[in-house]
Amino acid sequence: MIKTSNVAELEAISKNIRRHIVTMITAAKSGHPGGSLSAVEILVSLFFDRMKHDPANPSWPDRDRFILSKGHAAPVLYSVMAECGYTPVEELNNLRKLGCIYQGHPDVRFIPTLDASTGSLGQGLSLALGMGCGNRLDGRAGRIYCVLGDGEIQEGQIWEAAMFGAFHKVTNVVPIVDYNRIQLDGFVKDIMEVEPLEDKWRSFGYHVISVDGHDIAALQKAWDEAAATTTAPSVVIAHTIKGKGVSFMENNPKFHGTAPTRDEMEKALAELA
Amino acid sequence: MALSTTYELKPGMATREAFGRALAELAKSNSRIVVCDADLSKSTMTHFFAAEFPERFFSVGIAEANMVGIGAGLAAEGKIPFVSSFSVFVVNKGFEQLRTVVAYPNLNVKVVGTHSGISIGEDGPSQMSIEDLSLACSLPGFTVLSPADEKSMRACIALAVDTVGPFFVRAGRPKMPVIYDSEDGFKVGGSRQLLDGRDVTLMAHGLMVSESIRAAEALDAEGISARVVDMYSVKPLDREAIVRAAAETGAIVVSEEHLVDAGLGVRVAQVVSEEHPCPMAFVGLTDYAESGTPDELLDKYGMRASSVIAAAKRALARKK
Repeated sequence: MIKTSNVAELEAISKNIRRHIVTMITAAKSGHPGGSLSAVEILVSLFFDRMKHDPANPSWPDRDRFILSKGHAAPVLYSVMAECGYTPVEELNNLRKLGCIYQGHPDVRFIPTLDASTGSLGQGLSLALGMGCGNRLDGRAGRIYCVLGDGEIQEGQIWEAAMFGAFHKVTNVVPIVDYNRIQLDGFVKDIMEVEPLEDKWRSFGYHVISVDGHDIAALQKAWDEAAATTTAPSVVIAHTIKGKGVSFMENNPKFHGTAPTRDEMEKALAELA
Repeated sequence: MALSTTYELKPGMATREAFGRALAELAKSNSRIVVCDADLSKSTMTHFFAAEFPERFFSVGIAEANMVGIGAGLAAEGKIPFVSSFSVFVVNKGFEQLRTVVAYPNLNVKVVGTHSGISIGEDGPSQMSIEDLSLACSLPGFTVLSPADEKSMRACIALAVDTVGPFFVRAGRPKMPVIYDSEDGFKVGGSRQLLDGRDVTLMAHGLMVSESIRAAEALDAEGISARVVDMYSVKPLDREAIVRAAAETGAIVVSEEHLVDAGLGVRVAQVVSEEHPCPMAFVGLTDYAESGTPDELLDKYGMRASSVIAAAKRALARKK
């Protein structure tokens, strides 16, 4: 598996991941392209650079963990895990088909190397914090990264978990908000505004790191800053663009949960060439 | 005819206290045991554990959904988390979490719901868990236990520690009559025959076990021979004991401090109808109760031997 801190290389990987996402969701004829494309650099920067993990030794106790709490963005996670060597690349286009390991939402029963099954929004941060406490009790250095949707944080459990994380100073867990500003029914500001987002996390006791979620170098600095902050847990608010990389999907609520047509896929792949 | 065994049913310990004490004892030799609490440790009795193992005790505040998730994360890292609160709160407020982050990935989380049923008393229906067994049994992979006294609760907690997989163990607030003098003889999917009989079988879990014993003694005085079986393992069921009861006594009564149309009774009826149909009758709750002393409530809502006796006669009247 490739591990690199070179920004250009990580950007090239990101483009390839985007091609997988568009292709596999088109083949599946259903799925969530917008929120998968917005999280590409976040996951690429973690899996191919920052996180300590080893596809050849997936249950390595000291590894870093990853939880995609916004489980509907499964295509980005599947593409990244496949390119890391955890799962077969050639199966990606069987996404959502009966018997395929690439289920509609991440499922540990089908992919045991996943750190969590997700899909019901609001639950991943609690799970991550439980893992963080377990790691801390056993003196393991592994960190847990947990990607949340901006719509997802409308769920009350996220804030129960945030209180817990700050109160128990669970600094080995890093929540990341994929702040693409669109949810299923439209723009977050029109469905249930989450602003002032930084102030919310700060008032819950978090160290807030705001970053352009498509800027690899900025993400690298964010992971550094989170790791260096030990007095309080850190949250990374990643400002992203829903549908990033495909012009007609960008900032378009339609592509939260609609698969591209064949024609749209061809257009998208041309843009991602 | 005289019963082959008699039970003194002396006052004993509340099952919640038996849970709390057993947990603190087991944790001495098992460092994987951790506890999550939602501001009720003095009531659920996990404070015994907290006092001895503060570093393994996680206060989550009044946030049951988060508590279940934290427990699941700890289980994913190899811990044996006991997630405990009043049954009505942990099961109902945490249900979607029990489903999606515990049952679905089959994580080794142990849920202990205390203050179950109406015997919590004066606090009233918002605190009374009468649906918990139904909800817990609906979750694939869950083992569901409802012990009747101190020793059987201790045995159930030991089973939960030693058996990999999600558990729900039901505990109550009031002191319970002593039925067992030993923790031996309990297993997942087991049952305990407490009295033998040939005319009817009285099955129960929790506090209705002692009431069923009293009912059997009263029926015996009327010349009706009743078998009594403690069905502490609500899921999985001891199917063999159920089939044997149907075949050998030809009538079954199931009594429980739980909604009558959603608990042990309907689960036993499913086995009986599949394996060996026979007349059955049920004792349980039909609606939300009210405030009162536990004894007043158990009287008013029929959680007594008299209800079991009446049910036994209903079932016997339908026996050919």
